[in-house]
Amino acid sequence: MSHSNTSGRADPPPAIEVRNLTKAFGDLVAVDKISFSIASGEIFGLLGPNGAGKTTTISMLATIQRPTSGTATINGYDIVGQEDDVRRSIGIVFQEQSLDEELTAYENMDFHGRLYRISGEERRRRIDELLTLVGLSDRKNSLVKTYSGGMRRRLEIARGLLHEPKILFLDEPTLGLDPQTRNHLWEYIARLNEEKGITIILTTHYMEEADRLCDRVAIIDRGTIVVLDTAENLKNSIGGDIVTITSPDPDAIAGLLTAPWISAIEQHDGSVTIHLQEADRHIPGIVTAIHQSGIGITSLSVRKPTLEDVFLHYTGRTIRDEGADSKESMRMAHRARRR
Amino acid sequence: MDIVYTIWLRSVRLYLRSKSRIIGSLGMPLFLMLVLGFGLDAVVQIPGMEEGYMDFLIPGIVAMSVLFTSIFSGIQIIWDKRFGFLKATLVAPVSRLEIMIGQTLGGATAAVIQGLILMVLALLIGLHPISITGFLIAIGFMALIGVTFTALGIAIASRMEDMHGFQLIMNFIIFLIFGLSGALFPIDGVPDYIRPLTLADPLTYGVEGIRYGLSGTAQIHPLTCLVVLAASAALMIVVGAYLFRKIES
Ligand SMILES: Nc1ncnc2c1ncn2[C@@H]1O[C@H](COP(=O)(O)OP(=O)(O)OP(=O)(O)O)[C@@H](O)[C@H]1O
Ligand SMILES: [Mg+2]
Repeated sequence: MSHSNTSGRADPPPAIEVRNLTKAFGDLVAVDKISFSIASGEIFGLLGPNGAGKTTTISMLATIQRPTSGTATINGYDIVGQEDDVRRSIGIVFQEQSLDEELTAYENMDFHGRLYRISGEERRRRIDELLTLVGLSDRKNSLVKTYSGGMRRRLEIARGLLHEPKILFLDEPTLGLDPQTRNHLWEYIARLNEEKGITIILTTHYMEEADRLCDRVAIIDRGTIVVLDTAENLKNSIGGDIVTITSPDPDAIAGLLTAPWISAIEQHDGSVTIHLQEADRHIPGIVTAIHQSGIGITSLSVRKPTLEDVFLHYTGRTIRDEGADSKESMRMAHRARRR
Repeated sequence: MDIVYTIWLRSVRLYLRSKSRIIGSLGMPLFLMLVLGFGLDAVVQIPGMEEGYMDFLIPGIVAMSVLFTSIFSGIQIIWDKRFGFLKATLVAPVSRLEIMIGQTLGGATAAVIQGLILMVLALLIGLHPISITGFLIAIGFMALIGVTFTALGIAIASRMEDMHGFQLIMNFIIFLIFGLSGALFPIDGVPDYIRPLTLADPLTYGVEGIRYGLSGTAQIHPLTCLVVLAASAALMIVVGAYLFRKIES
């Protein structure tokens, strides 16, 4: 685990400090001794497939579930023992919807504002401001049950910000949203972070989301943090370029290529992925070598690595194997049942 | 107090907004009032009561309506849990006791409103006019019934994972509480082996209290009713608060 922050000056205290945090449900260890710290003002991403332990981690940090062992501090407060101080410091947008559908958007916000003891005038001002910000002010008096998924999501984010938390948890903030709304939200989250200095920790299984938004990304799989760094460093860590060759005989290709400038070779159903520096220079050599061995090449492509490749590299699986789609349909099914 | 008010406000707001529920749950009590009331008015003579069975029955039916509404309001927490709303409430820096009390008072308020609507309808059907004092006494007892059974609903909801047990609860507990209370019959006429159960049923004291308010006659002294029912309400709040504290969102 490497930190990009290398300055020798005394850093401000971290917004979040996690030490060996563990959560077990019976025999199942959902979160297994994870440790990390998040600097104040950072956007931190937890990237991982279904069941990796993202929501469980967030739940413990937000004092919704008690850790089995380990500790964490949020804004300097312990998540066990100083729950109320932690709660005052954080805002949270849950993965599952948590609005009252029988109330209007305004009433949902008002309820929340009162729970956080924001006084009347101030509460009204902030609600109007936030609803305008997320583009819902013209629908603020409609019942939430008449809202679309994207509108609900935006309302939840507005609600999470109402009490001006220092730290905002976003559990899969853009799940189930169309690309346009998703983009809109990304911009909004980035702006919040920039303008108000809010520390943001978000979970996602969208590589692009983690890549675009997060200062640092932790890849979490089966309850442990596999690797943690900036997206840039993560991508560089697996080699400068990626060459993917599909072929009738991928085994042979994998066996054939052994040059020192190749940092890794992986095989996934009928294709070989080669990580290497300066692909432009080496491709002719690779193609010639394969050709001379009499192996066929169906296709060949060169690209810069994405977080997808990083994930594949460190976990041996693609995140989509586990089905972003299946998850989305689950969410939709869940919603449909509520009608 | 702000928090209690906030929770109360939402609860009452949701109740007032659910017009179909308000009207729908008037059906059964009205039906009983009309069928039993008119059907038995001429043939049943309640000892020690000048008016007919209708006047005896109405307080019982009003109490039933308050009972149904309040248990239902308490059980509402299961939906809040199921739909994630409870989680958002519990993650705020508020104590669970405040939430529980707010929910209880909100449910009780809804139950009293429901009872009042029924009482007004009863006046149209044939309840003899009552004094203001009697009316206020009846409302007081309705409020206590409301608190007791909303808290019971919260206690049950805190232990229930989902809606599977819901029908069972509705049928079993509610009808047991209602059936054993003296809502439909004078408790003096109850067989000896059931009598202890009737006297152990908090609703009995609520019914008798309302009956005292509305008709001036009751078989249990109104002060006894007040003390027992208030104690039941306090006990249920303690139990409800204890179980709600342990609820996993
Ligand atoms: N209350 C619970 N009881 C038992 N097991 C649980 C509970 N909550 C979570 N788990 C298990 O813990 C593991 C991690 O779940 P978690 O919800 O944290 O995953 P996640 O990374 O958020 O996944 P997703 O992307 O699907 O939201 C899963 O195997 C899940 O089944
Ligand atoms: Mg999750």
